[in-house]
Amino acid sequence: MDHKRVTLFAGHYGSGKTNIAVNYALLLSRDGKKTAIADLDIVNPYFRTRDSASELEAAGVDLISPQFANSNVDLPALPAEAYRLVEDRSLFAVMDIGGDDRGAYALGRYAPFILEEGNYRMAFVANPCRPLTKTPEEALEVMREIEAAGGVPFTAIVNNANLAHETTAETVLAAIPYMEKLSQLSGLPVWMTAAEESVAAELAGRIPSLLPMKLQKKYFDLPEQKGPPKARPLFG
Amino acid sequence: MAERVLMKGNEAIAEAAIRAGCRHYFGYPITPQTEVAAYMAKRMPKIGGVFLQAESEIASINMVYGAAAAGMRVMTSSSSPGISLKGEGLSYIAGSDVPAFVVNVQRGGPGLGGIQPSQSDYFQATRGGGHGDYHMIVLAPASVQEMASLTVRGFNLADRYLMTAMILADGTIGQMMEPITFEDVEVETFEKPWALTGTKMQRNHNIVNSLYLKPDELERKNFERYERYRVVEENEVLYEEYQMHDAEICVVAFGIASRVARNAVVSARKEGIRVGLIRPITLWPFPSRVLRQAAEQVRHFVCVELNMGQMIEDVRLATGCIRPVSLCNRTGGMIPSPEQVLQSIREARKGGN
Repeated sequence: MDHKRVTLFAGHYGSGKTNIAVNYALLLSRDGKKTAIADLDIVNPYFRTRDSASELEAAGVDLISPQFANSNVDLPALPAEAYRLVEDRSLFAVMDIGGDDRGAYALGRYAPFILEEGNYRMAFVANPCRPLTKTPEEALEVMREIEAAGGVPFTAIVNNANLAHETTAETVLAAIPYMEKLSQLSGLPVWMTAAEESVAAELAGRIPSLLPMKLQKKYFDLPEQKGPPKARPLFG
Repeated sequence: MAERVLMKGNEAIAEAAIRAGCRHYFGYPITPQTEVAAYMAKRMPKIGGVFLQAESEIASINMVYGAAAAGMRVMTSSSSPGISLKGEGLSYIAGSDVPAFVVNVQRGGPGLGGIQPSQSDYFQATRGGGHGDYHMIVLAPASVQEMASLTVRGFNLADRYLMTAMILADGTIGQMMEPITFEDVEVETFEKPWALTGTKMQRNHNIVNSLYLKPDELERKNFERYERYRVVEENEVLYEEYQMHDAEICVVAFGIASRVARNAVVSARKEGIRVGLIRPITLWPFPSRVLRQAAEQVRHFVCVELNMGQMIEDVRLATGCIRPVSLCNRTGGMIPSPEQVLQSIREARKGGN
């Protein structure tokens, strides 16, 4: 997998940007790169990059997140420190952009620097299992809205087809025609496929350029839920 | 296998409401429920529905009142401080006996409080929320799937009993993502001969009103309404039992707290503690009968709540205080860990409070 100096992950909200950004930063760090990750999500107050602070720190990845992230202050402010990512060219930078066009407005202030340097990859994270981006045409519409808001054109697509804990190798493989169509519509390559590590293990050799991901355990996870859907759901 | 989609809890409510026939949404943004409004803003114009961001919560609940009086399936959604603002409208809707659907994705309080998850509006929801004698049907989902299925159920119940049905969720269930299906959703439709739809000069005027200046008339209205509530209490209680067959300790928890409690029950069982879980799904009507029965079987109750102890009062009332009831709680946006709940279960076994 080739790396650009700046890698940005954007997409529809809930498409999996944060998990991918964190795991990609860890990968860069394992590859021996001096890595920093910035959480530019000013929209969503829950489930943030900061939730992975200890793993990132242990791997030597520099985490830059809004001062008030994961606090009780609902203040959409960006950290001044985030400029370091565009100014310090010795760093490999990963930027986690907020969902949809509303989230991408925050990118605008860094866009001129990123475009001027010209060593970046702007990746669109796509999950066909999300109801508002069920078709490649809908995904393309979200892409265009994000580009208009953030000022950085997309250069790549990430296949992140998933149904959370119910994801199987089939879920990911079934999304390939969707990704090909989106690639054709946008003229952009499918750069990589991200999957939870046990699913990624099943996919190894069957799909190119895989990013196996460790996902955060959450206090509300129910171990019995893991795997394909049960005949009778635990709840509901 | 039914088609499955990955949704946020808040989105699941919005999509389920649309599938239930709701074409009128009036709201005002507030974290952590904003995705309900955002989803409606995207979808309603595409299906000929109305999405309207009102100038305030007070305006939006009165728009709900108006559309409900016209016989529409209508909803609003908010989070704790916003629901307080809607309190007057909720009371008027109850006093007028029209059906409405309201969502509260709770955050920490009181006051402006915080934006992290909470269950501290239990009193407000189960006791009506506004002034006067009335109830709302209160549904407490514990998963994204239930956000969807209880939304459809809420619309059906509201129409059947001519009252407000409220989803009482919390920030975590609103924000978390799980795979769900909409295929087993059952939408019922109801005739609304009382609705303000225009007489077309062919019938007498319908009147929707909550003002009754003659005390005997107002009293009669209140008694009639409570007759209807009795039918709801008789027929619409929902709960789930887990590992209760041989339990000597019963954990009681709803919503997100019940998921933490469930993990703690699994751990406690591994230590040989006979513990089960009762999860109320309707908070009003409260599953009092099943708790009364459990009190005959178990030695101790443990309530797990994201508040200073609110549902615990209903557990004590339901069980007639014949068994000790202890509280395991966090507030302000904090969540009890499975270990904290496990510790409370261990203490309950030792007989402590």
